[in-house]
Amino acid sequence: MAPWLFYLFAVISVVSSLGVVGQRNPMYSVLLLIGSFISLAGLYVGLDSPFVAVTQIVVYTGAIMVLFLFVVMLLNAPREDVAPGPRLPIPGAIKAYGVALAVAMAAMLVWALSRLGAVPFVDDPQAAARVASVRDIGVMLFRDHAFAFEVTSILILVAMVGAVVLAKKTV
Amino acid sequence: MITLNHYLLLSALLFSIGTAGIFLRRNLITLLLSVEIMLNAVNLTFVALGRFNGSVEGQIITFFVMTVAAAEATVGLAIVIALFRHRETLSPDAFTSLKW
Repeated sequence: MAPWLFYLFAVISVVSSLGVVGQRNPMYSVLLLIGSFISLAGLYVGLDSPFVAVTQIVVYTGAIMVLFLFVVMLLNAPREDVAPGPRLPIPGAIKAYGVALAVAMAAMLVWALSRLGAVPFVDDPQAAARVASVRDIGVMLFRDHAFAFEVTSILILVAMVGAVVLAKKTV
Repeated sequence: MITLNHYLLLSALLFSIGTAGIFLRRNLITLLLSVEIMLNAVNLTFVALGRFNGSVEGQIITFFVMTVAAAEATVGLAIVIALFRHRETLSPDAFTSLKW
């Protein structure tokens, strides 16, 4: 992958993720997150993984984010409002604490990962072709991971029933 | 040249942004979005490491993570709708009945 493409997608995903977190209107948050996911799909293409890139766009931006958009519009509560009743005592201090924790975690991860030394990718074109092959993914998924795949279908069924029951007017 | 470290560092950055979102926001929907950012950061790690090792295992676990994320978003949003019906607000400060 060309370095400038990597940096382009990386900057888009980081900036739009920051926008998601910094935004008070959930509608804009959801739209910015869609941009972040699409740029991540671009990164997956650069990693010779077209299957994951397409799944990212179809499943994440096509299904999950549209579900989020539906709920944001349905609830019609665009602004982050102050809750009635007891408030947390000093929200400013808690926010500063949260930011400090996140920055500390980022610093720790960067420090730990930079100890690894630069590890270039294998430049073997055969390996790249093996990673990119959707056929290999299918064989692996339905042969070696068939049990996990079937369990996933049960999980989705349970989530579907649970969502219907939870969102019903009278439980 | 883009190495494995670039992808891992980007993933660490995205994960930390998601964590900050969990602490900073007072909106149940944005909290769920922050969880999605964190899941995507982990997905990027899996795909980058799979590409580095020349195996498709990383992409397969990403597939499973996406499925679980879809289930989590569905149930989470159903709970958000049910909570909103009760209190007419999305702020987590309003839902403290279980707090002792």
